[in-house]
Amino acid sequence: MVSLSDYLILAAALFAIGIVGVFLNRKNLVVLLMAIELILLAVNINFIAFSHYLWGLSGQVFVFFILTVAAAESAIGLAILIVLFRNRRTINVDDFDTLRG
Amino acid sequence: MTFESLVFYFFSAVLLWSAAMVVTIRNPVKAALFLVLAFVSAASLWMLVEAEFLAIVLVLVYVGAVMVLFLFVVMMIDVNLAELRQGFGDYLPLGGLVAVLMVVEMAIAVGPAQFGLHKVPIPAALGSHYSNTRALGDLLYTVYVYPFEIAAVILLVAIIAAIALTMRRRPDTKYQNPAHQVNVQARDRLRIIKMPTEHKS
Repeated sequence: MVSLSDYLILAAALFAIGIVGVFLNRKNLVVLLMAIELILLAVNINFIAFSHYLWGLSGQVFVFFILTVAAAESAIGLAILIVLFRNRRTINVDDFDTLRG
Repeated sequence: MTFESLVFYFFSAVLLWSAAMVVTIRNPVKAALFLVLAFVSAASLWMLVEAEFLAIVLVLVYVGAVMVLFLFVVMMIDVNLAELRQGFGDYLPLGGLVAVLMVVEMAIAVGPAQFGLHKVPIPAALGSHYSNTRALGDLLYTVYVYPFEIAAVILLVAIIAAIALTMRRRPDTKYQNPAHQVNVQARDRLRIIKMPTEHKS
């Protein structure tokens, strides 16, 4: 049978893959946003698993709000990406150093 | 091994494999498509723990809207892949070490000793009359109605911000101003000249 710890370890592995994605693709802004989506998905799996095994629906409500905020975040993030690409003709994070000071 | 655990391990394997492909594959379009696969596998896992509404929402909202947005953006901008892939594996040893340590630590913290079947037993299956959507709606529209309104406001702000950020004025393009066209008077366009009548001589 599938226990709660199985879900938690799966979410931990998914979270770690997201972190590795941030490490690997530190130049490509699009894949960085995708890695953030993976990390949020891992968090959501944790919430849903706890909600099922500890029998409380509040976890699922919380996932609902996380999905809302994550959708808003990716929409605004992609809009900023488009504006950056329009101005600088690149999405390389290394080139966005105008505010370096 | 029961059928349920078989389903769990299958979808977990697909989920982890597609997530690994997302962060390592060269082509961003393929990365977005693998992210779609990851979301669908996660939705199937949520189905397994009786979160049916959120599973469907994940497929509809994430695969249907957010990932399409990602695909649009990826296809719209032409990225120089060679430049972006430069130094791709530089931080792989450090990142891999951090990731492995993190998984090991979390596996110790949330492993079977703490959250195993003997500590957290599998809850009793819900009857066929139970509706996950109805239960979630009951909670969402009573206890959590104020956060729900705030979420709506957040979405509105996101719409306005995304449009305001990406809209641009182009001074060099010619376009008509409808208000100006409607408000124009006859004397602005037409000049009437008084002059004596001329006869053929």
